[in-house]
Amino acid sequence: MEPILDVKELSISFTQYGRGTNQVLLPVIRDLSLTIGPGQVVAVVGSSGSGKSLLAHGILGILPYNSHMSGEINFLGQPLTQRRAEQVRGKEMVLVPQGVTYLDPLMQVGPQLRKGKKDPQTRARFRGVLDRYGLGEEVETLYPFELSGGMARRVLIATAAEAAPRLVIADEPTPGLDARAARRVLGHFRELAEGGAGVLLITHDLELALTIAHRVTVFYAGVTIEEADGADFAAGKLRHPYTRALWNALPQNGFVPIPGAQPGPGEGGEGCPLAPRCPRRRPECLGKIPYRPLDGGRVRCLYPEGGDL
Amino acid sequence: MKHRLFFTGKKLVRMVLLLLGVSLVAFLLMSASPLDPLQTNVGQAALGTMSQEQIAKLEDYWGVNDPPAQRYLGWLGDFVRGDMGTSLLYRQPVSQVIGQRLQNSLWLMAFAWVISGALGLTLGVIAGANRGKLVDKLIRGYCLLISSTPAFWLALVLLVVFGVWLGWLPIGLSVPIGVDAASVTLADRLYHAILPAITLSITGVANIALHTREKMADIMEQDYILLARARGESHRSIVLRHGLRNVALPAITLQFASISEIFGGSVLVEQVFSYPGLGQAAVNAGLGSDLPLLLGITVVSAALVFGGNLIADLLYGVVDPKIRRGVAKQ
Amino acid sequence: MRHWNGRQAALALLVLALLVLCAVTAAGWLLGDRAMVTDFSQKNLAPGGDFLFGTDWMGRDMLSRTLTGLSLSIRIGLLTAGVSAVLALVLGVAAALGGWVDSVVSWCIDLVMGIPHILLVMLISLAFGKGFVGVVAGVALSHWPSLARVIRGEVLQLKGATYVRTAEKLGVSRLQIARRHFLPHLLPQFLTGLVLQFPHAILHEASVTFLGFGLSPEQPAIGVILSESMNYLTTGKWWLAVFPGLSLVLVVILFAAMGEQLRRLLDPASVHQ
Repeated sequence: MEPILDVKELSISFTQYGRGTNQVLLPVIRDLSLTIGPGQVVAVVGSSGSGKSLLAHGILGILPYNSHMSGEINFLGQPLTQRRAEQVRGKEMVLVPQGVTYLDPLMQVGPQLRKGKKDPQTRARFRGVLDRYGLGEEVETLYPFELSGGMARRVLIATAAEAAPRLVIADEPTPGLDARAARRVLGHFRELAEGGAGVLLITHDLELALTIAHRVTVFYAGVTIEEADGADFAAGKLRHPYTRALWNALPQNGFVPIPGAQPGPGEGGEGCPLAPRCPRRRPECLGKIPYRPLDGGRVRCLYPEGGDL
Repeated sequence: MKHRLFFTGKKLVRMVLLLLGVSLVAFLLMSASPLDPLQTNVGQAALGTMSQEQIAKLEDYWGVNDPPAQRYLGWLGDFVRGDMGTSLLYRQPVSQVIGQRLQNSLWLMAFAWVISGALGLTLGVIAGANRGKLVDKLIRGYCLLISSTPAFWLALVLLVVFGVWLGWLPIGLSVPIGVDAASVTLADRLYHAILPAITLSITGVANIALHTREKMADIMEQDYILLARARGESHRSIVLRHGLRNVALPAITLQFASISEIFGGSVLVEQVFSYPGLGQAAVNAGLGSDLPLLLGITVVSAALVFGGNLIADLLYGVVDPKIRRGVAKQ
Repeated sequence: MRHWNGRQAALALLVLALLVLCAVTAAGWLLGDRAMVTDFSQKNLAPGGDFLFGTDWMGRDMLSRTLTGLSLSIRIGLLTAGVSAVLALVLGVAAALGGWVDSVVSWCIDLVMGIPHILLVMLISLAFGKGFVGVVAGVALSHWPSLARVIRGEVLQLKGATYVRTAEKLGVSRLQIARRHFLPHLLPQFLTGLVLQFPHAILHEASVTFLGFGLSPEQPAIGVILSESMNYLTTGKWWLAVFPGLSLVLVVILFAAMGEQLRRLLDPASVHQ
């Protein structure tokens, strides 16, 4: 089956000034690869500050002006150029953003959703979508600051679901929600996937991601370090030390913290970014490390878990 | 509603106190002046030929000998009763001089205010929405040039070009010389106000455009613009639907804050075109030590400025849904 | 030639503008005597080879007069901008300390901003008896409010910042906090504000002088030159107004550009550009 989204070796970097008048190139995402098929939920999991949101902006072609993107993105079998991204976004490809700041604070919800169209058909269509998410007619006349957290989240999903998209990119869709509300929100994404769309779920919350994700890509300091099946986690079939550590840090798995801190963008060389914190590191971990297939997934580690030491 | 009234009341009280402060400061500055009104208005030579009695009478007329505190309190008492005193230069009640002059100036200032506001907003929005592009650089360049140009020099250049060289427009005065005031037509008035009004508008644009540009560029980096783009809205639609809406609030403040600048510009421009407006009267009053008139003009212009600020604050409450709805809920 | 990035270009522009302004100031100073020389055999000459800016009705060289005037304007601009920036710093910091001082300073800012600027400069200049002292006092005492407001806001924000509060809790001395946390943030704001005051100061000095409230007619100030030129414009002596004014515009643009470049270099948010 043809994948909906196929990203190969995507890198995103920023130009910035260092000290004085020196300009430096700051890599934020390096060598990211992932594939999403129809009906599939793929989660990209990484702690905050790992550059996850930029992945969403990069795919949609809405990166800020001082950024550079390289690599290959295919959408529905064809290269996703800037021009094509502009054509498909909001239609076949939609974004569910992080929070209420993504809504125009001075515009009522209804007109904002409808993008300026006023005809009765459009009105009816949006009414239907809002109904689907339990948002009554009165919500349409509210301003964003009058929405509760859960309502805002559903409005944001409604902005995306209306278009009958092939790909839904959800950028951190659950912060600030209690566990029950968060699960309900994720349920909406599962519904979209069951309708045949591909869902890219970008989140820091591994536990929550595992409730709906078919595949999980783990992200560390701007680098993809492992790709695994959702089921691999519970089965203990993990490949990279960081993924293992992330899993062990979950409350039900012992709450084991990882010593040290994630390097910031631009810190650390081309070697394994986890090396300074890794109990299994070797001198060769400071060199370039290939992203290679292993056991039904992929891993960027010279000495993966389950492999021979 | 009650809250709004309370807010308005508080603002009004503050405005009255500020006006009181303005009048006191202006009075103190004028009475601190070492310049002798007799010297400036009568002249050293004429004074030499006068008798002591005549000089005493003149000193009395120009209020040289009264203690300042008494003069100020006297002025304030009259002012509260609606009497702004008598202009020493024009020998007319100050309120009458100001009324007449303000009528002339109001044409000019209102025209420049509307034109510079509309043009400044448009240019600012275009520049801010296209930050870093050629059109932005052009608009910024124009604004830098204009804001570095003294209004009176621009007036002089326009006067030389359109008045002297091309002869299209009159050189000065709001009415033709030697024509009876009653027979001056509206067309005459407009004809003579064209150059001053254009000068004022050109200079007013720069500030508003630059500030609007900053705000607009800020807005274009907000999250909600990002989502609008991700939803496939065109650049044009984003600017018109989200940009304009969000730039409206700061634009209101800018527009009403520009009253002060327009007034300042009118002082210079009226001087160049010898346009008989309030600004020219202020210069004459200052040069001629006409304390009651200058004091009156200062207070009136400050009232215009504070009034503008007050209107901007009140409009905010109408336009901003956070204030409008937020208060309705309380 | 290699391509310069934004910051290098900004730095180069800044230095260039500074050099030009220094040159104008020095040239005007040196030409001060020549500007006064009258020669009635050479009066009312249009701009040409010998007299680039032409001569006036007393045969004075307009180029020398203009440069002398600009030099005077720049020096007055430096003086007044410096005084008003220091005033703004003191009042802004005092206001940020809060309490009744804040109310008083804020009220004063509103009051000063309520009087149209040119009118206020006129009033203050009158109070000081016009002339050099009058115009310097007028411009210096009327330009501080907007910068004071910026500095007040900046200090208030710093005071509330977590790292400053933490430093306080850790018992770091107030002097240390002021030096390590406040100074590095306030200094760029202050410097940029100071430089951006120059154009305003120079324009207002020229304006009030033009109106007759500033420098006395004997001094070769730009305002005086332009005000005198008004008597000769209708008879076609356009050069008396055009070149001196144009030179003033150029000087003001240079100052404004300097402020802009300085802001680009010092503003932390500009690291991305």
